[in-house]
Amino acid sequence: MTKLNSKIPDGPLAEKWTKFKATTRLVNPANKKKLEIIVVGTGLAGASAASALGELGYNVKNFCYQDTPRRAHSVAAQGGINAAKNYKNDGDSVYRLFYDMVKGGDYRSREANVYRTAEVSNDVIDHYTALGVPFARDYGGNLDNRSFGGVQVSRTFYAKGQTGQQCLLGAYSSLNRQISKGKVTMYSRREMLELVIIDGKARGIITRNLVSGEIERHSAHAVVLATGGYGTIYYLSTLAVNSNPSAAWKAHKKGALFANPSFVQIHPTSIPQLNDYQAKLTLMSESLRNDGRIWVPKTKGDKRHPNEIPEEDRDYYLERRYPAFGNLVPRDVASRAAKERCDAGYGVSETGLAVNLDFRDAINKQGKKAIENKYGNLFEMYETITGTSPYEEPMRIYPAGHYTMGGLWVDYELMTTIPGLYAIGESNFSDHGANRLGASSLMQTSGDGYFILPYTIGNYLADDIRTPIIPTDTKEFDDAEKEVKDRLEKLISIKGKQTVTSFHRRLGKIMWNHAGMSRNEQGLKEALQMVKELKEEFWNDVMIPGELEELNQELEKAGRVADYFDVARLMITDALNRTESCGAHFREESQTEDGEAKRDDANFMYVAAWEYTGENKEYKLHKEALIYENIEVKVRSYK
Amino acid sequence: MKVKLKIWRQKNAVSKGKFVTYDFDGASPEMSFLEMLDALNTTLIQKGDNPVAFDSDCREGICGACGMYINGYPNGPVKGITTCHLSMRYFKDGQTIVVEPWRAKAFPVVKDLIVDRMAFDKIQTAGGFISTNVGSAPDAHAIPVNKSKADDAFDSSICIGCGTCVAACKNASAMLFVSAKVSQYALFPQGKIEAKERVKAMIQTMDELGFGNCTNTGACEAQCPKNISIINIARLNREYFSAKIN
Ligand SMILES: Cc1cc2nc3c(=O)[nH]c(=O)nc-3n(C[C@H](O)[C@H](O)[C@H](O)COP(=O)(O)OP(=O)(O)OC[C@H]3O[C@@H](n4cnc5c(N)ncnc54)[C@H](O)[C@@H]3O)c2cc1C
Ligand code: FES
Repeated sequence: MTKLNSKIPDGPLAEKWTKFKATTRLVNPANKKKLEIIVVGTGLAGASAASALGELGYNVKNFCYQDTPRRAHSVAAQGGINAAKNYKNDGDSVYRLFYDMVKGGDYRSREANVYRTAEVSNDVIDHYTALGVPFARDYGGNLDNRSFGGVQVSRTFYAKGQTGQQCLLGAYSSLNRQISKGKVTMYSRREMLELVIIDGKARGIITRNLVSGEIERHSAHAVVLATGGYGTIYYLSTLAVNSNPSAAWKAHKKGALFANPSFVQIHPTSIPQLNDYQAKLTLMSESLRNDGRIWVPKTKGDKRHPNEIPEEDRDYYLERRYPAFGNLVPRDVASRAAKERCDAGYGVSETGLAVNLDFRDAINKQGKKAIENKYGNLFEMYETITGTSPYEEPMRIYPAGHYTMGGLWVDYELMTTIPGLYAIGESNFSDHGANRLGASSLMQTSGDGYFILPYTIGNYLADDIRTPIIPTDTKEFDDAEKEVKDRLEKLISIKGKQTVTSFHRRLGKIMWNHAGMSRNEQGLKEALQMVKELKEEFWNDVMIPGELEELNQELEKAGRVADYFDVARLMITDALNRTESCGAHFREESQTEDGEAKRDDANFMYVAAWEYTGENKEYKLHKEALIYENIEVKVRSYK
Repeated sequence: MKVKLKIWRQKNAVSKGKFVTYDFDGASPEMSFLEMLDALNTTLIQKGDNPVAFDSDCREGICGACGMYINGYPNGPVKGITTCHLSMRYFKDGQTIVVEPWRAKAFPVVKDLIVDRMAFDKIQTAGGFISTNVGSAPDAHAIPVNKSKADDAFDSSICIGCGTCVAACKNASAMLFVSAKVSQYALFPQGKIEAKERVKAMIQTMDELGFGNCTNTGACEAQCPKNISIINIARLNREYFSAKIN
């Protein structure tokens, strides 16, 4: 049986990380040169880890399925990256950032990890600045900040609406430097399809070369997954279309526990679905809520043009319900409020599944130029996609699947329950509890990769300094490779009638309707059955044209969707188990009279870490109790 | 809406490609161009044919993965956007649309509309970075940067590495791409220390990889989906000559 040991160092919260760093075992420089590390992923987590480990002297093999590391999904992050710099002198501190994250996560994250992320946040900003990341500056030449949802200070650093791109290109540049030094070997257009475990330790991966179709073996002393989240389970989401859970899922099936899978963030401000062929939803950054006001008409079915609806006929429902935070309530609260209004029949647009995000007042007050400076590229993007200008009329927005707080369970050292297998960035579960606050993923992914993992991995590798290069001509690699080949063979020989995408769409719909913004027991149970049936249909009727030994995008997608059926089952299992509402997880059975989420701390103040026990077998639940010693657990209120 | 699609089909890097024509009536003006190709692919797959291979990921104009020649223009007839942002509302019912991959010696075709842009990575690896180790950075406010310089650096930094500039240029030159990166770093105090080595190494690698020379036609700037300016090329030339002289 797998036991959970979160390995949190003892001592006061603020001293844990310092103490860990001071006392952890180290690998000396001569030995680092003899050790190999696989890093899967080149997003902010993967690129930062690969380059930091390379700088330390390890030999790193870095993988991504895109044609170049610079296109990892992190590139699409828009709004910003948090740090506790307190440059605005508005009372920010490491403790306050920690506090906001734990509260924002609705008291379902691990104190020690969150505090550490807050602690290294300032180093992350320093490092990116040194790497030449062009964050926004003020006229004095200093870095500018803005505020993001769910907090009352301005701690978000940004580069217009493309902060993720700029940070990722910074991380990519540090990666390139290590590639040029021969410390990192880059493997692009490679997809990890299996994890190799030798004597209980993660020692390698099996990949498919996506150009030639060749199945390849790679070994290392440790394996790091930085493979992102599983938000594309809804098919339509704000994620890149190729984002997928498969790497983490393979690790899960090989023994890594998966934590809080049902904690999925639905982002309140995305461009609503425009047609049935749509492949993805485009996010409009949360930063827009700093100046935009969200409203719907006070009367149902008011068909007037939004500009013609006078003030007294508008319902600024967030300002009405949450006077303290107004339009800046956290994402889960804003999303649910939008859904509530639309379900009640007040939604705008032809579908009724949209609300207005209006900049009229901000433009009148600050001038068009000021608004353009802050959001110019987002407004342009909105206009390109919808054909209407947010300078002239309100944006229309609706919630969309966006981020997964759940992920592989990791201990304080970011190691999964498989020795030598680490999970960093969005692929782990650790920092955001049941709801992530804006601009804190870029912070966490970069902190994990640049400042945390490079320390903690030494503690494990210190035992491996006498282990020679791991050979790949062993039974374990043979077996793993055979598993991969058999599965691909099976998939391609189904030769049914329906496309992979049609299955993904149907799965997405089931999950959106039953395991999306709001969930109940009956719906979840129905979804479980529907997913099971859809999975069977898939394995009997999916059509994958082409060959195994060639570039075959349908085959790539099929492998990922096949895993998604299993992820869906686990998500639903977790959502059924957690009969409380917390953060993004809203169980209709557990709400207050005015429709707010009602937590059940007595029974659910734990991390649900699930153990895979075999195909269609019952999942085993492990609980990690959450203990709050440095923060008073309260009802989360933004009123 | 109906369209006649003439699409470049090529099985792999070594086989010879050709145009194949598809009469497709499943398009609609609300679709993006890539969604239209998705829809075409659905019909091809259902017939057991191989779908048209093309790269895309973010589908919101920021990752740089998509990119193809459409009716003689990189990313199609609308300026300042990536292929994934191109909407079918810009095409007429019954129109013929010719779709090809980027054509450049340094970007060999991998399959159908997919090309190999690894040459861009190699240029970046040659010097597209500031050498600073994790943990050695001073406080972010230790070095103030003039706002207008920082804004200029930002304007240069938004390149998405899609390859449009190379594809648009009759010489298949990568000067706009290289100059954007060189400019971003040259404008920052942090980037000045290695400026000379950087520009020399990146230019040398660019030349070795088979990109053509810049003859100042400006096609790159005109087609760049991110509107990156050729002022960057002028800045690159200045940086390069001063690096050569000293
Ligand atoms: C539209 C959008 C806007 C956002 N804006 C913000 C923001 O403003 N601020 C903020 O803090 N957060 C934001 N987020 C969230 C944030 O961008 C992500 O959580 C974060 O970038 C994830 O980084 P990552 O490194 O963990 O993974 P990713 O960037 O998703 O990278 C995953 C990597 O893993 C690789 N990979 C995956 N599977 C495999 C496999 N099987 N084999 C090989 N390689 C594999 C991929 O190729 C890729 O390189 C936003 C998210 C979205 C969708
Ligand atoms: S798909 Fe990312 S830019 Fe077009």
